[in-house]
Amino acid sequence: MAANSLVTAPAKPGPPLWLLLELTYRCPLHCAFCYNPTDFARTAAELGTDDWLRVLRQARALGAVQLGLSGGEPLVRDDLEPIVAEAHRLGFYTNLITSGVGLNDARLHALKEAGLDHIQLSFQDSTQQMNDFLSSTRTFELKSRVAALIKQYEYPMVLNVVLHRLNIDHVEEILEMALRLGADYVELANTQYYGWAWHNREQLLPSRSQVEHAERTMQRFRERVGNRMQIYFVVPDYFERRPKACMNGLGSIFLTIAPDGTALPCHAARMLPGLEFPNVRGASIEDIWYGSASFNHFRGDAWMKEPCRSCPEKARDFGGCRCQAYLLTGDAANADPVCDLSPHHHLVTEAVARAERPLSKMPRPGPEEKPLVFRSVRNSSTLDPKRDGN
Amino acid sequence: MNQAVIGAQSRPAVARGFRLQWEAAQNAHVLLYPEGMIKLNTSAGEILKRCDGATTLADITADLERAFSTSNLSADVIRFVTMAVEKKWLQIPS
Repeated sequence: MAANSLVTAPAKPGPPLWLLLELTYRCPLHCAFCYNPTDFARTAAELGTDDWLRVLRQARALGAVQLGLSGGEPLVRDDLEPIVAEAHRLGFYTNLITSGVGLNDARLHALKEAGLDHIQLSFQDSTQQMNDFLSSTRTFELKSRVAALIKQYEYPMVLNVVLHRLNIDHVEEILEMALRLGADYVELANTQYYGWAWHNREQLLPSRSQVEHAERTMQRFRERVGNRMQIYFVVPDYFERRPKACMNGLGSIFLTIAPDGTALPCHAARMLPGLEFPNVRGASIEDIWYGSASFNHFRGDAWMKEPCRSCPEKARDFGGCRCQAYLLTGDAANADPVCDLSPHHHLVTEAVARAERPLSKMPRPGPEEKPLVFRSVRNSSTLDPKRDGN
Repeated sequence: MNQAVIGAQSRPAVARGFRLQWEAAQNAHVLLYPEGMIKLNTSAGEILKRCDGATTLADITADLERAFSTSNLSADVIRFVTMAVEKKWLQIPS
């Protein structure tokens, strides 16, 4: 396919500035809020080193400049260092997105030598008990050691903590922990409901008062510590009245390559029905980005339905998230139901209303709660793939 | 905190964690930082690429005035550099 074979696409899109390589779905953690697909255990074999290096060269030639190395846990790949080295040589700004499991002095030394620019370390909570429960592992002590190691190698200390019903009341303790570790940046990222998080949504969605309390706590903390530590609070979109400008519109700047080589306009997009996403084993990045039907499908606004199609805000939010529209309404071309102009908005407000039920004591869910389903190969192989939009 | 007053003898450098580079695909200098990018206009790019931590703002300004056959850039350069330090794109080594 060549770019000039397009008939319906609008003006030629810009380059895929942001390249995310999900190097593997393998992960030592089993987080119940993971956005990886719940059927990850059924996907095909991972790309080899040469495939990843080819992807890097082709994407960089098109103008890709920010590189995320993620997963799963990217450190389980023993070729992470040569991948980083080639990315650095090509001029990418390289970001490692990691749980820290597998990061020791020798590997961090090698990654620094290879030119790694940045590390984002995830924490599940401020306490060992909750961190280990939510990731279904015993990793808190290890993560604290890794945080110190990151400082030692003079990287900015960037912590990411995913917030949800079971830990959002601990925002103060989380921020205190981050301060103790010497974090420069803390991202408090409210859970987005895809993959495992979608499967567990009812158990993870916080109540409105929890969210408001967390935001007030965060504001007070910010005023207290000043700019010694920068805090970002990613607002949970279920509590908003307008959708997020997801991916700045599919196919506009963001390109993900899944572990099996499938090219996606968003790491969750594999669920979207009726689209055949190309694979880097059989197509170049240029053909995929500019020429493939699946990447062109959601560009522009020809795909939109009402109320988005005639909405003046479509230029700002692009109708929100296609995956969320699909998961909640069954049609990826509908408005993201987070928008209160959507005829399906009640699906969001009803979920929020259900979250007003009293909190059961953690870490054991009360009798009225369904158990959390942790991300694991066994669960991935046995869950009904239809239910989670796989 | 960097409280230094920015003046003609300051020697700014691109801050740790940031990287300045020319991107042909965008026909612009960009400033890269963790998971983000700022696309710079021509004058911002021309100023930042001279901020090597060794050259004074006086010399940077003189070089810009020579390169673009103009004069009286000093106030503009100091204003931009002050903003860039506030945004932490630049640091003034002590």
